[in-house]
Amino acid sequence: MTTTATPLDVATVRADFPILGRTVREGKRLVYLDSGATSQRPRQVLDAERAFLETANAAVHRGAHQLAEEATDAYEGARQKIADFVGVQYGEIVFTKNATEGVNLVAYAMGNAATAGPEAERFRIGPGDEIVVTEMEHHANLVPWQQLAARTGATLRWFGVTDEGRLDLSNIDELVTERTKVVAFTHQSNVLGTVNPVRVLADAARAVGALTVLDACQSVPHAPVDFTALGVDFAVFSGHKMLGPSGIGVLYGRRELLEALPPFLTGGSMIEMVQMAKSTFAPPPARFEAGVPMTSQAVALGAAVDYLNAIGMDRIAAHEHQLTEAALRGLAEIPGVRVVGPLDTVDRGGAVSFVIDGIHAHDAGQVLDSLGVAVRVGHHCAWPLHRRMDAAATVRASFYLYNTLDEVTALVDAVREAQKFFGVA
Amino acid sequence: MQLQQMYQEIILDHYKNPHGRGLRDPFDAESHQINPTCGDEVTLRVKLDGDTVRDVSYDGQGCSISQASTSVLTDLVVGRPLDEAFEKMDAFVELMQGRGQVEPDEDVLEDGIAFAGVAKYPARVKCALLGWMAFKDAVARSEGAKA
Repeated sequence: MTTTATPLDVATVRADFPILGRTVREGKRLVYLDSGATSQRPRQVLDAERAFLETANAAVHRGAHQLAEEATDAYEGARQKIADFVGVQYGEIVFTKNATEGVNLVAYAMGNAATAGPEAERFRIGPGDEIVVTEMEHHANLVPWQQLAARTGATLRWFGVTDEGRLDLSNIDELVTERTKVVAFTHQSNVLGTVNPVRVLADAARAVGALTVLDACQSVPHAPVDFTALGVDFAVFSGHKMLGPSGIGVLYGRRELLEALPPFLTGGSMIEMVQMAKSTFAPPPARFEAGVPMTSQAVALGAAVDYLNAIGMDRIAAHEHQLTEAALRGLAEIPGVRVVGPLDTVDRGGAVSFVIDGIHAHDAGQVLDSLGVAVRVGHHCAWPLHRRMDAAATVRASFYLYNTLDEVTALVDAVREAQKFFGVA
Repeated sequence: MQLQQMYQEIILDHYKNPHGRGLRDPFDAESHQINPTCGDEVTLRVKLDGDTVRDVSYDGQGCSISQASTSVLTDLVVGRPLDEAFEKMDAFVELMQGRGQVEPDEDVLEDGIAFAGVAKYPARVKCALLGWMAFKDAVARSEGAKA
């Protein structure tokens, strides 16, 4: 087992990621600070996917031949690993194409509850009901709820964000009421880095019988997360942000809820019995996995979980904490730079977004790129949050286990270069 | 260095001292264009006088590339017949979508040739075209309003 006592050995970790060895833009060393958008993949993950395809590839849950059996075992084995990783049971994990599809699955299934049986009663939503989100959501945890409200006549409400980038919970009693059907919120903001008090929101929701949907895309890859302990009903996260492949996301749903939830996508694999006029549906998780699923991606995500476990999530969190602290300190020393989000590292993850006076984020990103520093620029799929924070666009550096303190220094130096280039230093 | 190729002095000059900026009356039509990947936006008005572009006025917020290219646009189209303005637009679009392989004609594009370096960065092409798309849309709207 790993402990926080021994720090992460970054050099050893980096050796597992071939892409980190390349150069960009006329021979510049790549400084990859965009893991909040997508993470890089270690050889172990790439090898696992290839090994599966070279030895056991077949369509899962159909066919009686040996390959079908082995592929099914590999796919379901990955589900078990991922369930263990986030502290839930095997049958509570549903594979989706990405986290966005996971949120849509819940939102559409709730919409479908209107015409489903009495077991789906608790998911029904309509005029007079309320959906509560927050102003710091990624569009993926906002737009599906706007649409569910539009389709059903329910009302969308939201928590505000304070000037320092924390959730404003001062009006929680007015927002989360007996009218509330869903409270959907992010665990860790992809822009601010803010880590939200999940228990407080989950307790408030439970007290009024509302469901909770947690966007865990930015938390599960970076720190130990236990959905059972957090007390949420549903949660989503994506494979490609945690050293795994794109094309796979994960939806967690509490067992009794998944058992009562109507399907979203329908077709093969998700049925119990089909007649010409009507069908009945399989129990979860199969009910929510219509069609031949993404198999090699699931296997590779299982390998990513093995990789993260071998290093230790608490160690990874401690490492990123150190990088975040250094970045906040370094950026604070540059006149004209404003960090959008908490300036301390309390309840804060490793996404550091900022604006530079007199330089548009796109232009700053271009200078950084010319120096090999890869960051995200724009609104990072959180446009309402940017409006709230009075920033048209920000530059975002996001860290992961393979980043070094030297790379934080490279970021800070590159920001100073951008100021020189545009004559605002 | 590639960065200087992209951020030509001409571009930075237009960015710092934009031509024709500010929304003005009278106008025939207005277009609001947004780049959804970064949130940059421009509101652009067109005033036609028969087939001649009498005035183009605009306001917006965005990166140096989007703001400078809109400034250059006003230099290129104001006072010209519409067909000539559209010829310049087509030449500019061709340059921007050419991945750096198109040789720009200074007689047609004037300061617009400075954007040749931008065309090598596919992510920035949309920035350079934002104002032009607003111009195209505003002219279409004004013609629609007349019809």
